[in-house]
Order: sequence, then structure tokens, then C-alpha cells
Amino acid sequence: MLLSTHSQTVDDNYVLVASLDNVRNLSNILKAITFKDHAIFNATPNGLKVTVEDSKCLQANAFIQAEIFQEFTIKEDSVGFQINLTVLLDCLTIFGGSTVAGVTTALRMCYNGYGYPLTLFLEEGGVVTVCKINTQEPEEPIDFEFCSTNVTNKVILQSESLKEAFSELDMTSEVLQITMSPSQPYFRLSTFGNSGNAHYDYPKDSDMMELFQCSKTQTNRMSLLKPSTKALALSCKVSVRTDSRGFLSLQYLVRNDDGQICFVEYYCCPDEEAEEEY
Amino acid sequence: MKFRAKIIDVGCLNHFTRVVNTISKLTKTCILRLTPGNLYFVLSGKIASGGVSMWCELSQANFFDEYQLEGVAPEANEICLEVTPENLSRALRTAQNAKCVKIKLTKKHCPCLTFAAELPTLSSVSRVVTHDIPVDVIPRRLWHDFKEPSVPDFDVSIYLPPLKTMKNVVDRMKNLSNFLVIEANLNGEMNLKIETDLVSVTTHFKDLGNPPWGDDGSQGRSHSRDPELMAQTRVDIRKLQQFLMGQQVNPSKAMCNIVHKRIIHLILLHEDVSLQYFIPAVA
Repeated sequence: MLLSTHSQTVDDNYVLVASLDNVRNLSNILKAITFKDHAIFNATPNGLKVTVEDSKCLQANAFIQAEIFQEFTIKEDSVGFQINLTVLLDCLTIFGGSTVAGVTTALRMCYNGYGYPLTLFLEEGGVVTVCKINTQEPEEPIDFEFCSTNVTNKVILQSESLKEAFSELDMTSEVLQITMSPSQPYFRLSTFGNSGNAHYDYPKDSDMMELFQCSKTQTNRMSLLKPSTKALALSCKVSVRTDSRGFLSLQYLVRNDDGQICFVEYYCCPDEEAEEEY
Repeated sequence: MKFRAKIIDVGCLNHFTRVVNTISKLTKTCILRLTPGNLYFVLSGKIASGGVSMWCELSQANFFDEYQLEGVAPEANEICLEVTPENLSRALRTAQNAKCVKIKLTKKHCPCLTFAAELPTLSSVSRVVTHDIPVDVIPRRLWHDFKEPSVPDFDVSIYLPPLKTMKNVVDRMKNLSNFLVIEANLNGEMNLKIETDLVSVTTHFKDLGNPPWGDDGSQGRSHSRDPELMAQTRVDIRKLQQFLMGQQVNPSKAMCNIVHKRIIHLILLHEDVSLQYFIPAVA
């Protein structure tokens, strides 16, 4: 195999080796959380978790289980590093972003531990590209302390309907407001832009609504959540939950090229000006 | 000085249009040399063009049904014009479905290449669309700047990998670095490499094959060269990207000559068009 010949010298000292027959099963899901340059990678025997944070109030996590990989070998309980995500994505898509029928790019990712670069071997049609990307000491991701026991409202929607709404959102609005309530309007997305206020209401018995469990009326405002729209575009289902502190959790169920399931999750702090009239 | 030419075959017209489109993607202005047998689009490696040179040669008989040329003088039977290829592209775009396209050197308020396209209509009367493209006539004393470049004394000559693959890789590499190293050996191996503080990326192409240059003189030293030894040149990645972006059709032959640390010489051969592009090394 082309890739293993190249990576033999690296293999002896690796702490993490992961292989994919189709690199898109990694690159697509990483695109869904690329709103900042840096990402924290954490690998455990369960798989890979990639975290991106913005100003301590927005956090995105992508989970790719070990089973998704054709090979996933880890020599420690936990392996972590920080890396430039845009550089990583440019490397993962080195053979081009678009898909050609029947052509896939294979990936072998190797990491030798603290202080070493992340080494990628990518192969398409007999051509091999080797990338070495510098890594840094990983920062500790913020723990938003969102736990299921504290959940006040929970809604699971089919992504189709949300995608439509998001594509029509008034982008001149600085914030997106999500209202969840046991009574009318049940689930509402609102924007406040130059042309006025717009509301998208989803009745609790709509076809698109798979689950509706709301115990109290809560409103969350966040900056237009543009980062999460990439995750939405890839997903088939979304769960929206708020907890008693007003924190918001969005969980996206994503199916990759081979139909396997991965998760992307976004956590948002409540907006400081939540008290404002709307 | 006189020049008149006519294209009536739609295949020739499309082909000529594609060539002009390619040239327009490579440079804003260039020299158009018209001789009795050929047309040449030339860019000579001056500071203004960032040191790249281009030589594109078309055999006129393969494109034009009629071709009449009277050069500046009987002993110098050619015309040399400075043109903006994008203007030619634009004129050819409107001529896409033409029954016939006539090109003439004219003098309006300034020297022009006039394109007249006869377009089909529903009635029996044709519609003619005319473009007057201003050009500059290059005086004879400057012609020496636009001679055919000689093939450099290269260290390695190699066939290029599929241009589409090269373009995809170079496009991504451009996001990561301003400079790229292109290296190749006589074993048919070519590598494209970039290296910065943040990342290093190398793409390995194998089994490309090396063109068999003739036994005539200068390339003789390649016989004694270690086939594994790489000749390499570091270039401005945008120049290579620009070259790759312009290619619309797959050439029948594509090769690269590398003069170690000096220059890369790219040669694309199509049935009736040849394109040579020189990219100098950067420090």
C-alpha cells in the first residue's frame, strides 16, 4: 500500500494512527466547525473529538468515533494537541474540494506525541501528498457544564425545515433569537434587521418536529450563529436544548459519505442583554 | 502594411477562440507577431511581467481559410502588434455562431484589428457585428525583443502529470505558501513542495516519463546524470497557478524542463498550437 511505505519510519514512534479510505469522512465534518483558525484535538480509544471556541461564549465540537476509521490505533488513554484548522483542511483537501464519481482520496494520519507535527499521508490515483503540520500544546476546552438533568426545554427537528428558515434569515440582524415555550409560539426563530423583525414559528405538532418537551418559556439570543449553519447543512436532524441557566446546546446528527453517523455539537452562552424587549 | 484573414469553419473558430482565451488568462498584454506562415503570441520576460516569458505559436493554415499578409518591408515580411488578448476574446465571444469571421488591420483613430463577424439570422440577410480593437504597432527596431526563445540548457526534462491534478494541488498550496519548489529527475519522478513555519507539504508524482530529446548537442550531458538526482527550482506560486488556470484543453504533450535553481520551461503541445512558458526562479 502506497501510504504505509511512506509512513513506515513514522510508525515506530506513533501515539496515534488513524486511517480513512475516504478523507471526506473527516474533512466534511471539520468544515462544519471551522469558524476559528485553531482547533483542539483530543483522541481517546473511543475516537476523535475536535473543539473550536470563540471568545469563551461559543464552542463547537465534532465527534468522529473510532469505528468510522478503517484503522484507529492509540497508544495512550488520551492524546491531545492544538492545530491550525484552516491549514489542516487545506491539506486534507489537497487534491481538490469537489468529488468526482468513483474517485476517493485515502488518508493516513500519524502523530508521534508532544512536540511533533501531525503527519498526513494522502493518496489519490497513485499520487501521494505528505503534509507535516506543526502542533501546539492544547488548551483545556471550556466545560459549559451542560447536563441533561438541568435541561428545561428540548426540541428535536428535522434539519430540512431549519435549513429553509436559515437560508431566508435576515442577515442584517445582529442576533438570532430562539424562543422555546410550552405554549404559543412553541418554537420561534426571530431576527431584528434593517427591514424589520421577522419570526419563523414551528408548531409543536408539525411533521418536522420529532420531539417537543418544553417546561418553561425561554429566550436565547446569540450572534447570528453563522458558524453553525455549516453543521446544519450537513445534518439530517437537530436537537435544540436549553438549561436552567439559559445556556443553549445544538446537536447535529450528520451522516457521512458512507452513511455512518457522526455528531457535531454547539454550545452558546446566554446573551447578556436577554432582558431587552423584542 | 496589410493584413486580412478569414475563418469560416466553426471548429477552427472555436479552436482559435480557446487559444485566445488561454492567452488572455496568462497575460494582460502581449505581442502578436504575424508572419506568412504563423501567428505568435509573445511575452518577453521583463520586470513588468514578473520575469515570466511566453511563446505561443499557431500555424495559420490550420485556422484561417484566407490569409493575406504584407509586412513592413519585403525583407521583413511580418507585422508586430501589441494587443490586449482580453479584447480579442471578447470579440470572438460574440462571433461564436458566426458563419464567417474576417480580421483586418485597419486604421481608425488609431491602428486597429477589426473583427467582423457575419451572424446567421432568420431572414436571408446576414447581421454583421464589428469590433475595432486598438493595437500598437511595434517598430522594427524593437523586434529583437520578441524572437523565439531558445530551449535552455536544462538539467532535467520530464512529462507533466495531468494538469488538472497539478492545478488542484497548486491551488491548495497557494493558500499555505507564496513559494513552491518544483523538482524532477530522470527517473520520471516529480515533486511539488512548499514549506513554511507552520506546515510543509510535498506531492509526489511517479512514472511520468522523461522526453527523449535528440542527440543534438547540449542535452548530451543528461546521459551521464544520476537518474535519481533531482533538479529543482523555487518559483512564485502565483505564476505557476496562473499558467495552470489558463489551460482549457488537455494538450497532446505536456512537459517541463528544469534548469536547476534558474528557471522552469513549460511546454504544451496541441495538434496545431504550441505554448511555451518560462518561470524564473526566486531567491
